[in-house]
Amino acid sequence: MSSAPATQGPVLRARVGTPLREFELAVEIEARGGEPLALVGPSGAGKSSLLRVIAGLLRPREGRVEVGAEAWLDTGRSLDLPAERRGCGLLFQDYALFPRMSAWRNVAYGVGGRRRERRAAALQMLERFGVAGLAEARPATLSGGERQRVALARALAARPRVLLLDEPLSALDSASRRGAVAELRSALAELEAPTVLVTHSFDEAALLSGRMAILDRGRLVQTGTAAEISAAPSSPFVADFAGAIVLRGEASAEPSGLTLVRLEGGGELHSTDAGRGPVAASVYPWEISLEQPRAQSSGSLLNRLDGEVVSITTVGNRARVGVSTPQPLIAEITADSAARMSLRPGVRITAAWKASATRLIPL
Amino acid sequence: MNRRSPFFVLAALAALLTLAFLLAPVVAVFAYAGPGQLLAALGDESSREALLLSLRTTLTALALIVLVGTPAAYLLANREFRGRSLVLTAIELPLVMPPAVAGIALLAAFGPSGLLGGLVESAGVELVFQTAGVVVALVFVSAPFFLRAAIAAFASIDGRLLEAARTLGAGPFRAFATVALPSARTGLASGLALAWGRALGEFGATLLFAGSLQGVTQTAPLAIFADFSRPDGFVSALALSAVLILVSAVLLLGVKLLGGDRASEGAAAR
Repeated sequence: MSSAPATQGPVLRARVGTPLREFELAVEIEARGGEPLALVGPSGAGKSSLLRVIAGLLRPREGRVEVGAEAWLDTGRSLDLPAERRGCGLLFQDYALFPRMSAWRNVAYGVGGRRRERRAAALQMLERFGVAGLAEARPATLSGGERQRVALARALAARPRVLLLDEPLSALDSASRRGAVAELRSALAELEAPTVLVTHSFDEAALLSGRMAILDRGRLVQTGTAAEISAAPSSPFVADFAGAIVLRGEASAEPSGLTLVRLEGGGELHSTDAGRGPVAASVYPWEISLEQPRAQSSGSLLNRLDGEVVSITTVGNRARVGVSTPQPLIAEITADSAARMSLRPGVRITAAWKASATRLIPL
Repeated sequence: MNRRSPFFVLAALAALLTLAFLLAPVVAVFAYAGPGQLLAALGDESSREALLLSLRTTLTALALIVLVGTPAAYLLANREFRGRSLVLTAIELPLVMPPAVAGIALLAAFGPSGLLGGLVESAGVELVFQTAGVVVALVFVSAPFFLRAAIAAFASIDGRLLEAARTLGAGPFRAFATVALPSARTGLASGLALAWGRALGEFGATLLFAGSLQGVTQTAPLAIFADFSRPDGFVSALALSAVLILVSAVLLLGVKLLGGDRASEGAAAR
C-alpha cells in the first residue's frame, strides 16, 4: 500500500472488525485524494458495510477511522463522531435524492449560508455536471444519468472531506454508463478528498480507480493496481473475478474502417469498435494467445504486442501469464500449453488477439 | 358477472339495500325538519356554545396530539427495541376500548380519588367537570388514530434518505424536519383527519369523565343528547346533528383525497 504515489490532501485510514450476517468483516484500507481506491467484490462481500462504517452510519464492534490527523472513530477510546459531523460525502447506490425537493434544493442541502448563496453554489455545481437546466426539476422526473449527476453534485457541493461512492454506475443502463465513466473519472481525478468507491465489477474498478482492494466474505484477499491483480491473482476467486485487461491510448479512425489505438508507452492495436481521442481498450485475458516472437501473422489475429514473460500463475488447469508489454498484459492459457511452450520469466513472447475482441471505452 | 343471472340480480338488490339503509338516516336528518327550521334551531344559544366548545376542545386535543405524538411516532417507527410490538399494541388499545370504559378508566386514573388524582391536584389542574377534562378524554380516545397513521408513515420512509441527510451535515432534528416530515406528510394528514373525526364524535368517555355542563363540558354530541332528552328538543338535536354530519363528510372526503394522493404517488415511484 505504501507504494502509492504521494498525493496532496489527507489520507483516509480505516480498520474495521465487525460481525455481518454470515461472516465477520475484518479489513484495513487506506485511500488518498486524486487516486480513488476501489473496493471490489461480489454482492454481499461487506463492501457497503465498510463504506457505512466510514460514513458513520454503522457502528462496528471495533475499529478506527481517521482522516489525516483527525480521528472519526476509535472504539478503543469510545470515540464515534456522528455522521453529520464527519463531512463524509456518500453517493448512494440508488442516489437517495430527496423526492420532495427540486434538484437545486437537493444540491444545496449540504451547503451552508444564506438562501441566495446556497442556490448560487448549487447551480454552479449542477452546471459543472451539465445539468443546470434541470435545477427546478423533481428527482422523479429525471433519467438515471441525470439523477447520478445531481447526486454527485449534491455530495460534492457539501465539500466533503472524504468521498464514498456505492456502486455509482449500477443504476444506469449500459448506454449512459459509458459516458458516465469518463465523467466520473475526471471528477474523481480533480478531487483532493480521499475517495473510496465500491463496485462488483472489476472492469468498472479498473476504469475508475488507481488501486483496488478485492474483498471476499469480509476479508481483503488482494490489493494492487488492476494490472498487478490481473497479472498475479492470489487465488482462483480473484482470477475469476479479475475480468478484462484495460489498456489506455489514443484512438483514431483508419481507412479500413477499423480504429487504430496508439497505446500510452508505445505499441498500437486495432479494434472493430468506433472511437476517437483518449480511450480505454479492453480485452479479456482468455482472448489472448501467446506465440513465439518470430512467428509471422498468418491468421486473423491483428493485434500483436511483444514482451517478456514476467510471471506465471497457475490457477487450476489454467495459467495466467504476465507479459511485460509497455502496459502490462495478461494472457490466460491452459496450463498444458504453458508447459509445452516452456514458458518461464524472461522468455520473449508475442501476445496476439483479434481486433473484434477489443472493446473501446471513451475516456 | 352475467347481468341476467339470478345471482347478479340478488347481489344488486343487496347493494341497493345496503346503500339505502346506510344513507336513509343521513338524508332523514336533513329532510325531517327542512333547512329553515334547522337554521333557526342553530340560532339557539346552547347549540352555538356546544359547537364552539367542540371546535375549541377538539383543536386543542389535536394540537397536543400532533405536538407530542409526532416525535413519539417517529421514534417508535425507526427504533428497534425489546417489547416494541407490545408498545405498539398498547398504543392501539384505546381504539377498541368501549368509550364508557375509557371514561371510567380516566376517572380511575386522573379523577379526584384516582391513582394519579393527587398528582393532578397538586399540579393545580382540575379535570372533572372542567373543559380541560374534555380535552383529556378527547386526546385519550383519538390519539391512537393519529399515532397509528404516523408510525406507518414514518416507517415507510426510505431510511437512506435520512442517512443521506446526515452525511450532508444535517443533525437528527434537521433530518426529521426537512426529510422525514415532508415524506410522511400525507400519512400524517390522513391520521390527523381520522383523529379529528373521532374526537368530534366523542361522547361516552367525555360524559363519564368530564360530565355534561353547558358551556363548560357539553360538546356537540353531548348537547345533542341533552336536546333529545328535552320534550321539545328533537329539532335542535337534528340541527346539531346536521352540522356534525357535514363536518364529518368534509373530513372523510379529505382523508380520501389524501389517500388517493398517496396511492398515485406510489404508482409514479414505481
